[in-house]
Amino acid sequence: MRVKAAKPAPPTDDKRWRVVETRMRRLGNRPDALIEALHSAQEAFGYLDDDALRFIGESLLVPPSKVFGVATFYHYFTLKPAGEHTCVVCTGTACYINGAADILTAIKAGLGVKARETTVDGKLSLLTARCLGACSLAPVAVVDGVVEGRVSGREFVARLETL
Amino acid sequence: MSESSSAAALERLRLRRVGNLPVLEGPARASAYVCEAVSCLSTQSHEVLVGLADQITDAGLTDVAVKRVGCLGLCAAGPLVQIPETGQLFAHVRPDELGGIVEALVSATPGGARVPEAPFFSRQLRIVTENSGRIDPESLDDHLANGGFEALRIALTTMTPAEVREEISRSGLRGRGGAGYPTGLKWNTVAKANGAPKYVICNADEGDPGAFMDRSVLESDPYRVLEGMAIAAYAVGATEGYVYCRAEYPLAVSRLRKAIRAAANAGYLGAGILDTQFGFEVEVRQGAGAFVCGEETALIASLEGGRGTPTTRPPYPAVVGLWDQPTLINNVETFANVAPIIRNGGAWFAEIGTATSKGTKVFALAGRVVNTGLIEVPMGTTLREIVFDIGGGIVDGRAFKAVQTGGPSGGCIPAEFLDMGVDYESLVGVGSFMGSGGMIVMDDTSCMVDVARYFMDFCREESCGKCVPCRVGTTQLFMLLERITRGEATMDDLAQLERLGGMVQRTSLCGLGQGAPNPVFSTLRYFRHEYVAHIVDRVCPAGVCNFESASVPG
Repeated sequence: MRVKAAKPAPPTDDKRWRVVETRMRRLGNRPDALIEALHSAQEAFGYLDDDALRFIGESLLVPPSKVFGVATFYHYFTLKPAGEHTCVVCTGTACYINGAADILTAIKAGLGVKARETTVDGKLSLLTARCLGACSLAPVAVVDGVVEGRVSGREFVARLETL
Repeated sequence: MSESSSAAALERLRLRRVGNLPVLEGPARASAYVCEAVSCLSTQSHEVLVGLADQITDAGLTDVAVKRVGCLGLCAAGPLVQIPETGQLFAHVRPDELGGIVEALVSATPGGARVPEAPFFSRQLRIVTENSGRIDPESLDDHLANGGFEALRIALTTMTPAEVREEISRSGLRGRGGAGYPTGLKWNTVAKANGAPKYVICNADEGDPGAFMDRSVLESDPYRVLEGMAIAAYAVGATEGYVYCRAEYPLAVSRLRKAIRAAANAGYLGAGILDTQFGFEVEVRQGAGAFVCGEETALIASLEGGRGTPTTRPPYPAVVGLWDQPTLINNVETFANVAPIIRNGGAWFAEIGTATSKGTKVFALAGRVVNTGLIEVPMGTTLREIVFDIGGGIVDGRAFKAVQTGGPSGGCIPAEFLDMGVDYESLVGVGSFMGSGGMIVMDDTSCMVDVARYFMDFCREESCGKCVPCRVGTTQLFMLLERITRGEATMDDLAQLERLGGMVQRTSLCGLGQGAPNPVFSTLRYFRHEYVAHIVDRVCPAGVCNFESASVPG
């Protein structure tokens, strides 16, 4: 006999949890809604903390080990809070051919961060993407959600410094 | 622009869209099509669209329409605006310099749609992308006005499922995801498999770096993909479908979701489609940035909410797929070919292309080529036509070195094969692979050893870790390539690279590992001298690799 578990309560009374709950409910609170639920929590909070993982797991009846396994398997999910601004440098083939590595080197030299790191002052998180599909504009970077094409190393770093 | 004036402009724009014409009396004399696919959007094409709507209203042009369209193809020159009545294409349009376009609209005379004369456009044959850059991707009306869902109607009301499958088989269509498996054969396998329900999955996890065909098709004409899926579902006896789309393509995801809602409301999806007994529900699920999920068994694992790790085949998903049910998985472009085949007949499609590869192929042309963008050409078109005629040659007049196809499982094709017609077999024959259709052009500034290192780095990081040859092998291969590019390798390392590459190729569980050594083998086949130059002479012929920190082996 399967006992229906009580509906778990969100970790806080933050209204953003409602968005996550709605998304899960629309997908029938089934275990296969896990990735969509993680997407929706990350969209709402910027990253996935332990409370978020636990809550989603309890809601979908997925064990914590599996939730953690999935959240760490996919590059798109991040378990650390992001900086105030984010910069994603595309490292797809077209961007590589057109000097994406030089951009990363310039950012490292100018701001002291490597990919998947955040500056000490918490201002900027640097990420890389496999390919953003905007190859015609290579090399491409995305700053706070806005795609920028034909980025050149030094100018770009100067702009990041003024964020 | 303030928010309210932008909102007012958008409202006017809504009224002036071609598919929705309460303001225009009769057909528009002239129209301005503004590209709103991701590439142009990131160069401010939306500001261009709003600005044009404003200026046309101010100029009192009551017989001119403005509309948002999908990809116009020549992404390098964005933002793009086209006047279809005259065939004029405006490139690098700036929101504050729209006078020229307005003038052209004033003097334009109505006529049939004309294709711009530049070879970039005239050499293409557009089947999959026939509506790209012509219809508003967010307007079902516009799609219907251009023959949308006609094929679904034909299939549901005049053909049996077996007849639909027969037509697809006759067309010779092969899977556009890369491997080129005959689509008709796959559909027949799913149709004959025991089990209900059956599922249809559209693979939109376009992971190959440098490939953006599927993104463009989904952003430009999402209804066509849904129509293809619905026809496929009818043909194989499925009732539910999923589009598994990369999370990196938010615009494609949002346009797909809108299209699904609109199509369901209009009775083209959902229960009792077009007043028949046939029903088909579709949902979009997002990936989360794992390249391996393009592999069909890994994709299914991910759709089920788990880690995207592949499983051994057989059993194939056609027999044991999603939730262990028979499942048809095809790529975006494959589904986008279905509607025209049903409308025009399989025989029509089979006349296009080569003996073994029928129809057209959409390629994403990128890298060191002048006209980067999205192109569609008949199978069998030569690389020279693609790179030099359509692509406009190499940037800065430099020398062509190679074209890379097939992504991380593909290879680099050197200049001696420029006159080879491109199809599934010819690419394999020269050590490459069709892949999903990315074509990256390289010039003499690219070091081929470093290219191999780049792709191995990709595979190493994207390996799911399930099988040892791929997890450990790609890392070892990467380390060997690193040593070569740092000038620290010996000829023994090169021999080891080849031996280990062969082992990874033969013993990996899925296509990711099996294909990972391909970039190494293909560059060794045609550019072995570059490897030797790195190892023996400690020189990088292209000047890419940095040997300063090299610790030279004794």
